[in-house]
Amino acid sequence: MNDRLKDLKFKVNGREVELKINPKMLLLDVLRDELKLTGTRTGCEVSACGACTVNLDGKAVRACSILAIQLNGRDVVTIEGVADGEKLHPVQEAMVNHGAIECGFCTSGMVMSARALLLRNPKPTRDDIKKAIQGNLCADSGYVKYVEAIEMAADVLQEKR
Amino acid sequence: MKSFNYYGPKTVKEAVALLAELNGEGKVICGGQSLLVLMKQNMFTPEHIVDIKGIPELDYLNYGKKEGLRIGALTTHTQLEDSPVVKKEYPVFAEMEDNLAVVQTRNYGTIGGNVCHGDPAADPPAVFIALDAKYKLMGKKGERVVDAEDFYKDLLEVDLRDDEILCEVQVPPMPAHSGVAHDKLMVQKGDMGIVGAAAFVRVNTSTGICEDARIALTNVASVPFRARNSEKMLIGKVINEELLEEAGKLASQEVTPPSDTHGSEEYRRDMARVFLKRVTAKALARAKQAK
Repeated sequence: MNDRLKDLKFKVNGREVELKINPKMLLLDVLRDELKLTGTRTGCEVSACGACTVNLDGKAVRACSILAIQLNGRDVVTIEGVADGEKLHPVQEAMVNHGAIECGFCTSGMVMSARALLLRNPKPTRDDIKKAIQGNLCADSGYVKYVEAIEMAADVLQEKR
Repeated sequence: MKSFNYYGPKTVKEAVALLAELNGEGKVICGGQSLLVLMKQNMFTPEHIVDIKGIPELDYLNYGKKEGLRIGALTTHTQLEDSPVVKKEYPVFAEMEDNLAVVQTRNYGTIGGNVCHGDPAADPPAVFIALDAKYKLMGKKGERVVDAEDFYKDLLEVDLRDDEILCEVQVPPMPAHSGVAHDKLMVQKGDMGIVGAAAFVRVNTSTGICEDARIALTNVASVPFRARNSEKMLIGKVINEELLEEAGKLASQEVTPPSDTHGSEEYRRDMARVFLKRVTAKALARAKQAK
């Protein structure tokens, strides 16, 4: 009975996905191994680094620390679902243009934390931004550029309104 | 992670019946932000997991002037932090959540899961004890309401029977002229507190006398530590720096802190003194300002 598979039906990057999974599978396993969405990073796997950050119903969460089976009916967006076709999201664009990306390992998580922040708070203060990426570690310590890039992206999104 | 049998009840009744059937072998999971860390490292390998995150009747956050705050077990840290009515009536929760883990954890982790994990370093249990909150539990034989303080039995051990789940945290309304505060010692914002404190103080605004005080310290014993003797020193007196120092010193002698890489026993004792003083002074200042 231990290996009895359970149904999981949820939305990933706007697409309905139906799978049969072992209930012990984490969201990270489902995204990377089953759906081959490998932009979400496997980092520390113990809720410390934030590299696996995705958006769940618009909020930043850690894919390594959620049982996928709990997500029936929910809406997940990963780094693969952030750009609009070939057109980068303003957060991605600002990070590229501002040179915020160093080795790039933490970048997808940073983008997802920034995206979630800007969804609920389109005019964040510098402090709001710092708090939003507090759970995302950058081994290159490139935090300042990230914060500045997110500020720029917020400005761009404001102008579009 | 070791495989387990998974159950996803949709009602409290169903969950309780399942737990009774599993006869002590069922482990309840909610957000899993604490539990999964242990399970992934095989430090904890439950055979049966009963997932209560999909029980809609446990997902609510209500406030009434008479009954106070009712926090359904599924309420996330973020919901508690962001609720306008909670911000207004119990600002201490936003203060606490701001230092509790990180955004991602607060977005998925629940209050019910946090208080049932029984980690003596956790912040919400101490704040709930200071606020004189109660926990509503449901078992096969019915409902039981316990004081937050009595719920904690030992390290990671709480007063939940095999067939019981925690349904709700009940926080009484804030009395007039009272204040609450929470703070903790962290190397980095969002860390578990090396030592933490929550305090509630009620004052008589004309005499300045402290009429009631409730103080709880975290990570200085195997359960949240209620500093009863320190409270007794303060109640009935006008609190000043000298008295606070005495109350802090007393607590530092009474606690039984662990010694680890984050701090020695001796250091934690001294920080118990410091944080008791600091947080009680803040609660007092708020009580004096309060209506």
